[in-house]
Amino acid sequence: MSTTTAPEQVAEDVLPRQHRRGGTRTARTHETLIGAAMASPAVILLIVFFLVPVLLAFGLAFTNARLISPRPPHFVGADNFIRLFGDSLFWASLRNTAYFAVVVVPVQAGLALVLALLANAKVRGTNFFRTVYFAPVVTSMVVISLLWRFIYQPDGLLNKIIEAVSFGQWHGTDWLNNPSTAMPAIMFMSIWQAVGFHMIIWLAGLQTISRDLYEAAALDGASTWKTFTHITWPGLRATRTFILITITIAALSLFTQISVMTQGGPLDSTTTVVFMAVRSGYEQQSTSYAAAVSLVFFVLVLAVSGVQRFLTREQD
Amino acid sequence: MTTSTARRGRLIQVARSALVIFFAFPLLFMFVASFKPDAQIFADLGSIKAILPVGDVSLENYRGVFDRVPAARFLVNSVLVSAVTVVLGILINSMAAFALSRMRWRGRRVVLAAIIATLIVPFETFALPLVWWVNKLPWLEIHGFQLRLTEGWLDTYQVQILPFVANAFSIYLFYQYFTSIPVELDEAARMDGAGWFGIYRRVVMPLSGPAIATVAILTFLPAWNSYLWPLMVVQSEELRPVMIGIQYFFQLNVSWGQIMAYASMITVPVLVLFVAFQRAFIGSIASAGVKG
Repeated sequence: MSTTTAPEQVAEDVLPRQHRRGGTRTARTHETLIGAAMASPAVILLIVFFLVPVLLAFGLAFTNARLISPRPPHFVGADNFIRLFGDSLFWASLRNTAYFAVVVVPVQAGLALVLALLANAKVRGTNFFRTVYFAPVVTSMVVISLLWRFIYQPDGLLNKIIEAVSFGQWHGTDWLNNPSTAMPAIMFMSIWQAVGFHMIIWLAGLQTISRDLYEAAALDGASTWKTFTHITWPGLRATRTFILITITIAALSLFTQISVMTQGGPLDSTTTVVFMAVRSGYEQQSTSYAAAVSLVFFVLVLAVSGVQRFLTREQD
Repeated sequence: MTTSTARRGRLIQVARSALVIFFAFPLLFMFVASFKPDAQIFADLGSIKAILPVGDVSLENYRGVFDRVPAARFLVNSVLVSAVTVVLGILINSMAAFALSRMRWRGRRVVLAAIIATLIVPFETFALPLVWWVNKLPWLEIHGFQLRLTEGWLDTYQVQILPFVANAFSIYLFYQYFTSIPVELDEAARMDGAGWFGIYRRVVMPLSGPAIATVAILTFLPAWNSYLWPLMVVQSEELRPVMIGIQYFFQLNVSWGQIMAYASMITVPVLVLFVAFQRAFIGSIASAGVKG
């Protein structure tokens, strides 16, 4: 789960102007000094471990830097990008990443909303249900991927269940070793793991909608569907944008499942942009090529979230 | 009217129960299978026995894990890395948020805006350049009474901790929380002779329990579960965290029962914590979404 969203605005400043401690010039210098000192550990760490590597991503993509090399990197212009755009593995990665996002984003968001509506209904046991749906979210993706490798293997849990419910009539496949089922299998598992997270966010959104509106609708004899389309859905506008963007960014960053379950195979049917970046930058030690892939990934994230923000704004 | 509401209630109950089975089944299976030898696991697959602790049940798989790999070492490493990241993260991010929300100093607004802006960049964007970069960073090593300057952080503890200590989202959460604490309290403390650091330590932090809990949870989970980063920067066995350890263990072609035992060992403690502090967990993670 990633928390890479931009909160749109920061809370109002708590220090009102007139509150200023009348203080002398030295008191103010003192405050500046201490303030800067208290903020500096965080600021320095963010510069070293965020700002510098982000700038490096831009810089190194135009060099021939290698992870471990005695020679300093030198400038090679757009060579990495030219190679990248001619690399069929890159296009396969881009296609697979897009395929994953196009399926997972709407399905996961929709299922999460259904779960939230079910959890929001005033029926006994809501707390228990919420806890169970949420358990996979706090579980590591590595553990979940290994567990589902077992579920998906030819003599694994899923195929045994399929045989049991069909009285031996149907037989599953080797889900992760079949190019046409590997990606859908990973999608299914990923949705199972993360949907509880987005359910909680939908639920928080649902709880901001005033009860009065529902009571008024009930008095007017509105149907369940009408109530949903006229009250619930419009009331979830802000939540919708947030959910869309977080799921999309998480989907575009697909890596752990691939690394643990398929290593990009079979026949490159599950390789993704981040997986490719790690493979070239770490396993093949070509930092510059990986930086180029990372930049494409960043542009993709910015473009998609920008478009989504724009589209959701249009509906106002 | 009443009968139809009752029927809808029952329908919702049925739907929710079906979904509970769907969500709980895999994790329950993992935990139960961790006590069974492979023959028993496969024999039980087709029936409800898959999630019942019946038949040949023992702790044999757990013993097997510790015999095959230094699993205890991996656990210690992960506990150490996550604990230090959480403690340093709470300290450093709350101090920064305090300075940003309660003190007046030049450049404060620029720093705040810059920190908020970093939230839109996913870690995957700069993870690879960061590997290259940490491989160039210097470190002071203490050998007896001698200090030695070394280059490159690959394969160390600090490389697993320091990049994740300062966190823009944690600063933002503390900042939001601190703005809800009345400034008048600062004034009162100042009357009693407290300095800025005293206000931070004795007034603001003791009142910020919920924010501290939220940041602790949101720092602990990714630290404990981290995989992509240690995969690239940790090579030696002594420094391996649990998630790299289990992947390595899996590649040794051990039995499924042992894998389920290892998986349960690193998952069940987190799940127990989650159930115990359920409200705080769900609240923290929802707080990541409320302010869209």
